[in-house]
Amino acid sequence: MAGFNKVVNSYGEAMAGLEDNMTVIAGGFGLCGIPEGLIKEIKNKATRGLTVVSNNCGVDGFGLGILLEDKQIHKMVASYVGENALFEQQLLSGELEVELTPQGTLAEKMRAGGAGIPAFYTATGVGTVVAEGKDIKQFAGRDYVLEPSIVGDFAIVKAWKADRYGNCIYRHTAMNFNPMAATAGKITVVEAEEIVEPGELEPSQIHTPGIYVQRVIQGQFEKRIEKRTVRGA
Amino acid sequence: MALTREQMAQRVAQELRDGYYVNLGIGIPTLVANYVPKGIDVMLQSENGLLGMGEYPLEAQVDADMINAGKETVTARTGAAIFNSAESFAMIRGGHVDLTVLGAFEVDQNGNIASWMIPGKLVKGMGGAMDLVAGAKNIICTMTHASKHGDSKLLTQCSLPLTGVGCINKVITDLALLEIKDGAFHLLERAPGVSVEEIKAKTQGKLICPDQVPEMQF
Repeated sequence: MAGFNKVVNSYGEAMAGLEDNMTVIAGGFGLCGIPEGLIKEIKNKATRGLTVVSNNCGVDGFGLGILLEDKQIHKMVASYVGENALFEQQLLSGELEVELTPQGTLAEKMRAGGAGIPAFYTATGVGTVVAEGKDIKQFAGRDYVLEPSIVGDFAIVKAWKADRYGNCIYRHTAMNFNPMAATAGKITVVEAEEIVEPGELEPSQIHTPGIYVQRVIQGQFEKRIEKRTVRGA
Repeated sequence: MALTREQMAQRVAQELRDGYYVNLGIGIPTLVANYVPKGIDVMLQSENGLLGMGEYPLEAQVDADMINAGKETVTARTGAAIFNSAESFAMIRGGHVDLTVLGAFEVDQNGNIASWMIPGKLVKGMGGAMDLVAGAKNIICTMTHASKHGDSKLLTQCSLPLTGVGCINKVITDLALLEIKDGAFHLLERAPGVSVEEIKAKTQGKLICPDQVPEMQF
């Protein structure tokens, strides 16, 4: 009996069931807090036609950027995609579709999707291209735009520590979109730096309760730094 | 003389008040952190999920898990808090951030701002800018008054795709400090040595000037 034990032992098992044309929600901000091994597994599986929902699309050769190499992404939903030459190429050639979404709206779309809220009103984007063709409603004299939420076939998440039941803790700003993504996957896979026994994490310190998580895998992380800025001693 | 980027940041910093929670955009706004007036305490919000952004780390402190919204390695100051992206934007959209400082390509006399997209050039995305302009109570836009070619960036109506509508109330440029209200730019201060005539010539939108326009003090 597996009970609540969600640990899988291979990346193949972790991403089993991912098929062409599915939607994958990925946690991370830039290269910080990204599920590196799960992204590599998607590349290895050569799954195509994916809709990927993530704040950014990695960089050339690292993070979600590697899924561009074999044109696995059909559509990218993101707030900022400026760090990537291959992205630019495929966008201009029409091979890649992009839905630019304000960062807060993107986080809320994931949060709402995971919370069973099909859409929400926000002031963000009113009067801009983001609101074009969408329902506008006034509350207390101000216009708000109706934004649909997002649910993924898969969500891929990077945690610092996860227990075998899928309870997760994130570290520093590597948290970012990961807790939202975790709630919004039909299958949520957590790649953790460290897997611990149930009871080792303090219950009141858990960021993502295990109920949202279907699979947990021990990860290997390079943790590449995008912009190393330091001050003199 | 037109202000340098550092002087612009310095003038923006004079708008900070003790106890403010502040979000600083990328570029000149980032420099504002270097000029926080003595004797006041402000807390910097970084929209990737950090309230209380500190200095850049020493080489030995660099941590891949500790970055700001510009993806630079940073530290957290004493009393900082770290949270997820939805929480971060709840602060922003809920109007809890006291002041937002951001750059722009254009602003207009109705407080509209265009800062994220130039048609024909590659569009990288709006990041958190649309959320920030829609949510902040108090926004200062800092930018050069005119382009390199001398074209005004303070317009009757923005020509580029908008980031937000009717949201900018203060602009600090290399030439002047202006308030936007009632469909016009109101000239409040000029950079030292810059004439009102020059500001008039470089402001395409409706500009209201009092008889006496004081120079900025540093």
